[in-house]
Amino acid sequence: MIAFILQRLLQGIAVMLVVGFIAFSLFNFVGDPVSLMLPPEATQADRQAMRTSLGLDKPFYQQFVTFVENALHGNFGISLRLGRPVSTLLVERLPATLELAMTAALIALVAGIPIGVYTALRRDSWFARALLTTSLVGVSLPNFLIGIFLILIFAVWLGVLPSFGRGDTVAIGAWTTGFLTTSGLKALILPAVTLSFFPLTLIMRLVRAEMLEVLRTDYIKFARARGLSDRSVHFRHALKNTLVPVITIAGLQLGGIIAFAIITEQVFQWPGMGLLFIQAVQFADIPVMAAYLCLIGLIFVVINLVVDMLYYLVDPRLRIERAAAGGH
Amino acid sequence: MQGMLGRFLDGDIFHAFKRSPLVIIASAIFLVIVLAALLAPWVAPHNPFDLRTLNLLDAFTPPSWTERGNKTYFLGTDDQGRDVISAIIFGSRMSLVIGLAATVLAMLLGVTLGLLSGYVGGKLDAFIMRVADVQLSFPAILIALLIDGLARASLPKEMHDTLAVYVLILAIAAAGWVNYARTVRGSTLVERNKEYVQAARVIGRHPLAIMFAHVLPKVLGPVLVIATLQIGAAIITESSLSFLGVGVPPTQPSLGTLIRIGNDFLFSGEWWITVFPGAALVILVLSINVLGDWLRDALNPRLR
Repeated sequence: MIAFILQRLLQGIAVMLVVGFIAFSLFNFVGDPVSLMLPPEATQADRQAMRTSLGLDKPFYQQFVTFVENALHGNFGISLRLGRPVSTLLVERLPATLELAMTAALIALVAGIPIGVYTALRRDSWFARALLTTSLVGVSLPNFLIGIFLILIFAVWLGVLPSFGRGDTVAIGAWTTGFLTTSGLKALILPAVTLSFFPLTLIMRLVRAEMLEVLRTDYIKFARARGLSDRSVHFRHALKNTLVPVITIAGLQLGGIIAFAIITEQVFQWPGMGLLFIQAVQFADIPVMAAYLCLIGLIFVVINLVVDMLYYLVDPRLRIERAAAGGH
Repeated sequence: MQGMLGRFLDGDIFHAFKRSPLVIIASAIFLVIVLAALLAPWVAPHNPFDLRTLNLLDAFTPPSWTERGNKTYFLGTDDQGRDVISAIIFGSRMSLVIGLAATVLAMLLGVTLGLLSGYVGGKLDAFIMRVADVQLSFPAILIALLIDGLARASLPKEMHDTLAVYVLILAIAAAGWVNYARTVRGSTLVERNKEYVQAARVIGRHPLAIMFAHVLPKVLGPVLVIATLQIGAAIITESSLSFLGVGVPPTQPSLGTLIRIGNDFLFSGEWWITVFPGAALVILVLSINVLGDWLRDALNPRLR
């Protein structure tokens, strides 16, 4: 167990170093950081002073070490576009994105699992077929189009829900939340539903496939033979065994949700990290791009690590396989 | 040739094709879109890029069946008086070209790396598969965004505008090679131990010749299926990037760019500028996905 966690941890650190290196290369080689940060009328002496103060005259590996040290302290420099420290910007924007992503993940789970179970148990009913077809259409629909259609229906035509921004927020320490105000909750509905659509269809199809698989196994037949009620067979015996892959996929999807939030945030002008990032890409605002990259890399590595560990804890078969395979 | 066609019409694949009305409809729609895109300059009722024919007085004309509609503009016009249906035809041409080119490029990249990885093995294999693992844990759109951002920051503005389409193709391809590489590597590992490969090795053929002339044809089947399914995904990635404003320049709009333009007018009631390009995108991707799904099932003997 410890060897496994250690191995995964080392792998995670390696990935972070690679991501850090890409971010570092962005910083130092794409465009000239000195001319980016100085006004055009700066003299040659100013430039030299800037180079020295940024450590650009030092050897390459030393610059990278300095970059990693700074990154570990959360120091990513100043945004070229907004003129404020990048770390402050990200910390300001983080709550909006996390609240949106969590709500979307919750919707996907709470709706996806029951729908998946239903379509597996009543697989021949017309309603189950309709749900399945809708999910196929859902996979073919780009995220931003779902958002636009929802805005068109609920904001433009019906006028019942707001279509942009976060509504009123309440500050709790450094965290601003939209959960505590009516306008905040109303503003959350459309973006969260939009963002949840893809993971929802994925979870639903996964639960359905796993349920169909499990319902065919001998122990389910045995449970029926013992005269257990349908309810007990379906939920206590079958569903429980489908949840392991569902947890894994749902966990891995969380990273995807945070990344896809970029598109949803653009559609709904949701003031999160994704909107910050996309504006940074448009304006070639390198410090923000580099910092976002490191942060999203960290989130992905942590999620993968946690999912791996959960998987290992939940599924005893995996432990035996790994032991048999020589601890790999 | 006659014989091949006859065999195809008699074969399983065509038989499966005839039995599914959904697939027939999907392929008909796909054919129509491809033909319209190929023949865009002749099919489109107007040339949306010819500034001389544009008239700002025609801007914001609603679709022809509505009250203020104009018969010349069937699906209405956008903010600059461009005919929406012509813009859609030219836009789907752009989307198709980028989607297909990116898929082919990703396929070439992935197949080559997968062959090398599976056939050569050792450190090269470990390295390529590690990179694939890491890349697979990040969504394609993020990788494409990053590559596009890099190009935007490192190229001068004018140069980036002229190269935008190529940058986009490269970015989407670089985000999509992993699937091919993994599949090809898996089948190559099986093939390399077979007798025909050993025989080729014994008679002294060059490893590259063995890889590409002997192993490649054997592992190509699943690759083509993945490719069909990836075209839809590539088109979605392209339109998402263009919608985000980091895709193709507005002078050569794709469907995503058209949706982005129309999105600004959603609230002032000009819904047709967004909705029709959006619907075109959905129909295009849906028909490709239906075809891809069907092809996968038809080529998979286990499902028959």
